[in-house]
Amino acid sequence: MYVLTAGGGKVGANLARLLLRAGHEVTLIEQRTDRFEALEEEFEHVVQRGDATELFVLERAGIKRPPDLVLAVTGDDEDNVVICQLAKEKYGVPKVIARVNDPRNQAHFDLLGIAPTICATSNIMGLIEHEVPEHGLVHLLELRNENLEIVEVQISDESPVAGKRVERLELPDGARLISVTRNGQSEIAVGSTELKPGDQVLAILQPGKEDELRRVMLKR
Amino acid sequence: MKAIVIGCGRVGSSIARQLLGEGWEVTAVDEKEDALARLGEDWRGGFVIGHGMDVDVLRAAGIEDADAVVVATDGDNTNIVIGQVAQKRFANECVVVRLLDPARAAFYRARGLRVVCPTETAIGELTEAVRACEVPQTVEAR
Repeated sequence: MYVLTAGGGKVGANLARLLLRAGHEVTLIEQRTDRFEALEEEFEHVVQRGDATELFVLERAGIKRPPDLVLAVTGDDEDNVVICQLAKEKYGVPKVIARVNDPRNQAHFDLLGIAPTICATSNIMGLIEHEVPEHGLVHLLELRNENLEIVEVQISDESPVAGKRVERLELPDGARLISVTRNGQSEIAVGSTELKPGDQVLAILQPGKEDELRRVMLKR
Repeated sequence: MKAIVIGCGRVGSSIARQLLGEGWEVTAVDEKEDALARLGEDWRGGFVIGHGMDVDVLRAAGIEDADAVVVATDGDNTNIVIGQVAQKRFANECVVVRLLDPARAAFYRARGLRVVCPTETAIGELTEAVRACEVPQTVEAR
């Protein structure tokens, strides 16, 4: 596979190293002179110097072939957006993966149809929420292309759904329960499944329905 | 008529003053408070400090009911993203974006963004100026 990686910081350089080790062909683009020189010592001809949002730099790196995959992992979100738009829409690159540095910019990537994206801060926050489920609802997985997400709900004694069967719940439109985990045992949630305090319930829903689901399941 | 000018440098501040003078209600946006000085002491328009990529800043500047948005920060890619956000998220019909790189200007123009590229203008005018020098008769005639 041919992978063009834009951005030779910690993320880009480590990705390039791993991809090369896995036998893939890689070109790494780095703009900063100091970084480029350090990278060149290790990566030699694999690394090219330039601004990866400039068309001639991308073309020199072989974007017209086109690569099987472009990784936009610079430290600038606006650069990553532009790299992905050029790769997909101008050069017909079949797959791009973008790094989101500031989670507040996630909405811009989504608006412009750039997916998948990876945001380290959001991922870590997700893990923290998983450890401390104070909101009662934990994001486990975002299915961006499908516009769905999977969340986990912890049923407590006070939960209005404790003791109710799934078919009796008035779930919001666009939300379904997937499974119930009790004492380490999981089963698919069906109409006759009764929810009990302590249950961990997985639900699939459209983004934006979290508050409604929280109200139904947890009354908060 | 309301206009927002994002990026209040040499270009942005002049556009803001020009539009205000023509009767527009203008709000300028810049990351740095110093940029306010460029608008002059008699500035009667709005001024919001913040980054144009920040949707809250755009809202504070009144993007939701703006009739025109001018994007002229010193970063081409920043302008590209803000321009598309104004156009697609806030459904602004008059979004004008300044890009210095002619190659990106051509690409985003083809995708429906209203792009002004001063580099293209400079290239054209400088080339014309050089051509004018190549004809000594013309110079003598003057």
